[in-house]
Amino acid sequence: MSAILEARELRVVRGGREVVRIEALALEEASTLAILGPNGAGKTTLLLALAALLPSVGEVRFRGMPVVDALAFRRRVAVVFQRPLLLDRSVRENAELGLALRGVASQVRRSRAADALARLGIAHLAERSALGLSGGEAQRVSIARAIAVDPEILFLDEPFAALDAPTREALIADLARVLRTRRVTTVLVTHDRDEALSLADRIAVLLAGRLRQLDLAERVFANPADPEVAAFVGVENVLPARVESIAADLTTLRVADQLIEVTAEPPAGDDFPLLCVRPDDVVISRDPSTTSARNSFAGTIVRLEPIGRRVRIVLDCGFPLVANVTIRSARDLALAEGDVVTASFKATLPHLLARHRAA
Amino acid sequence: MELIVQGIVEAARRIVTLDRDVLDAASASLAVSGTATALSIAIGIPLGALLGLGRFPGRNAVLSVVNTGMGLPPVAVGLFVAVLVWRSGPLGGLDWYCTRPAIVMAQLILAGPTVIGLTAVALQSVDPMLRTQLTSLGATGVQSAWLLVRESRLLLISAALAGFGAVISEIGASLMVGCNVKGDTRILTTAIALETSKGEFGTAFALAFILLALVFAVSAVTTWAQQRPRPL
Amino acid sequence: MKRILLAVVVLALAAGCASGSDAQRREVLLATTTSFQDSGLLDDLVSDFALKTGYRIRATAVGSGAAIALGSKGDADVVFAHSEQAELDFMAQGNGERRVKVMHNDFVIIGPATDPARARGQGSLAAFRAIAAAKATFYSRGDKSGTDVFEKNLWRQAGVTPSAPWYIEAATGMGQTLQIASEKRAYTIADRGTYLARKGGLALDILAEKEPPLFNYYHVMTVSPAKHPRVNSLGALAFVDYLVSPETQRRIQQFGVAKYGEPLFYPDAP
Repeated sequence: MSAILEARELRVVRGGREVVRIEALALEEASTLAILGPNGAGKTTLLLALAALLPSVGEVRFRGMPVVDALAFRRRVAVVFQRPLLLDRSVRENAELGLALRGVASQVRRSRAADALARLGIAHLAERSALGLSGGEAQRVSIARAIAVDPEILFLDEPFAALDAPTREALIADLARVLRTRRVTTVLVTHDRDEALSLADRIAVLLAGRLRQLDLAERVFANPADPEVAAFVGVENVLPARVESIAADLTTLRVADQLIEVTAEPPAGDDFPLLCVRPDDVVISRDPSTTSARNSFAGTIVRLEPIGRRVRIVLDCGFPLVANVTIRSARDLALAEGDVVTASFKATLPHLLARHRAA
Repeated sequence: MELIVQGIVEAARRIVTLDRDVLDAASASLAVSGTATALSIAIGIPLGALLGLGRFPGRNAVLSVVNTGMGLPPVAVGLFVAVLVWRSGPLGGLDWYCTRPAIVMAQLILAGPTVIGLTAVALQSVDPMLRTQLTSLGATGVQSAWLLVRESRLLLISAALAGFGAVISEIGASLMVGCNVKGDTRILTTAIALETSKGEFGTAFALAFILLALVFAVSAVTTWAQQRPRPL
Repeated sequence: MKRILLAVVVLALAAGCASGSDAQRREVLLATTTSFQDSGLLDDLVSDFALKTGYRIRATAVGSGAAIALGSKGDADVVFAHSEQAELDFMAQGNGERRVKVMHNDFVIIGPATDPARARGQGSLAAFRAIAAAKATFYSRGDKSGTDVFEKNLWRQAGVTPSAPWYIEAATGMGQTLQIASEKRAYTIADRGTYLARKGGLALDILAEKEPPLFNYYHVMTVSPAKHPRVNSLGALAFVDYLVSPETQRRIQQFGVAKYGEPLFYPDAP
């Protein structure tokens, strides 16, 4: 896998202020990179700069070559924004727009656009006016318009932010399927951590215009680079799991060699969800037997880190697990690196996320 | 009152018998005002798009000039164009004095700024994110402008209608540069003035009715085009 | 859709500009007076001239003063006016080549039937003096037209300087001036032709007429090609020849007789 897009010393200045500054950023082909950050962090600005829609200073290389002809570059990529931004015409004509601008012949245009609409499940809306659609339908048209041109990079700027929860979930699932099938290199800007976790292979955390961490998705959550990143992403244990069985009251999952029971239901049809447990919810004890928690594991303390008023304990239970305890408790239990202790958490606490990417 | 009734009767008679003078004046009006409007659309919409979408130094000054142009007094424009097209003037070689092209020129100066100004405003009001989206889809500046013009078509239809309305009813400039030549530059408005000053009120009424009918017909068609129900 | 639009534009352009592309030398630019146009004689002679010679006249009817001004700039090929002094100046300045008397009409002094100033029946100059003495409302055209110049001349001959508020310069064409005078029950002066054409709609009577001070002569002048090389000299001369020809002179004499019972103009060509 090679870097299809690289940025070096990228700076965007707006109104005399430096709004974004990236020392280095690389996007691997056929992968999804999420740019994650709070509102106002400069995520959209960064996306616009990468997509050659904003003037920027610094080096941007596409397939190893500097981006000199912005128009030519734009015709090899596609962008989907938070609002559908459709034209007052039929859905079909909107879907064909990108192709029409590139001078593609009308027969070819028609079939490629129809194919894209079908992939987004809205082929039946082709002759409808684009202005009469619901939010979710309109956004599907916008996405269809983007994938119809077969972009080498697909940029998505918070595409689900304006949708309600069920619409969002359905669309995320469908989009993920399309991206996976066609191996589209994708840059996804979002402020939603679950979205990033679900869809992205790698996450770039952007705070106040600076890139704070660029890493595999789980690592960003398991090992935030600094306290500010930690505060934003919300430190979590993110464990790839496999659904073993689903009963009326519990879901049983396998993580590494261990079985874990949770009350959360796995996302529909997903047998390989992500199991997320907050370190604050993990209880440490020296005595394995006397707890109501359904999930108890023996684990070796790999590392002890005092952070503020807590101690962060990194354990190896056959899978990595992070727990937070008070300083007092750590002292009371006389915890030390190398000790074998019992880590447990209740079945009611973890939540399951759909894993929309290559296992 | 008797005069009005006489006039209406005379009007009906001339219309029904397809009176030559009336037909000539009507077709002359349509020809010159239609041409002037068509030209002001052909030139005005691209210029208006440039003005509405572009960012360049002096843009505000140009906008002010265009806005001033929307309120030009027709008779002053007529005098200005007359001075241009007289043999003694810079465009004298064209020999346009007392001809239709001279009227078209004057009417173009009257209708043009209206079309330019309203187009500029319409395009300026377009969602800036839509412009970014079009650019991101690989549109060149021209492609973008054309797409946005099409998106604003309702407003632009109004602009065109405003331009047409300004010139079809115009008399001052048309008289001054067209000279009211029978069968050629005697358009509805100048013919009405002449017939009135001759005391031929019946003919004047007939012409006035036709002018009203023409304006109404054009408005009706345009309104229909603007307001027809869109497919759901 | 795009094709229809294109077709419309092309057709409109063709129609709109059709008149400009003719062989220019068959067109003659005539600058003349509003009274000549208002009487209807202009249109009549123009179409007759076209039939007989194939020359198309483009006439601009703006009043004698403006007509002569256009001629002196070379913006017209031939001038037809009734403003003696201005015409002579025009010729003296070398702007004209030929000047020929064509016809005359006469002016009539008119006013309300009640005639409060007692202007009736005394002749034109006495009538003017009576109007001035009574300070009765008098509408003048005030636009340097032939009629206006004639009228100012008449006041001078009568030895009176008319002034506001009873002397009003309306600056409108002949027909309109008559209309206004009729509405306001005021006095004015008009050429017989326009008066007769409008008589039915006016509440005005003739108070003085048919005497030498009221005769009004029309001359045609061709613009000098020596001074203004771009004029259509041949066309202008053809028009002069047409105007003075016996048939046209007869035509002028018969104009209006059927409608008004008397001629509006009297031929004068030598």
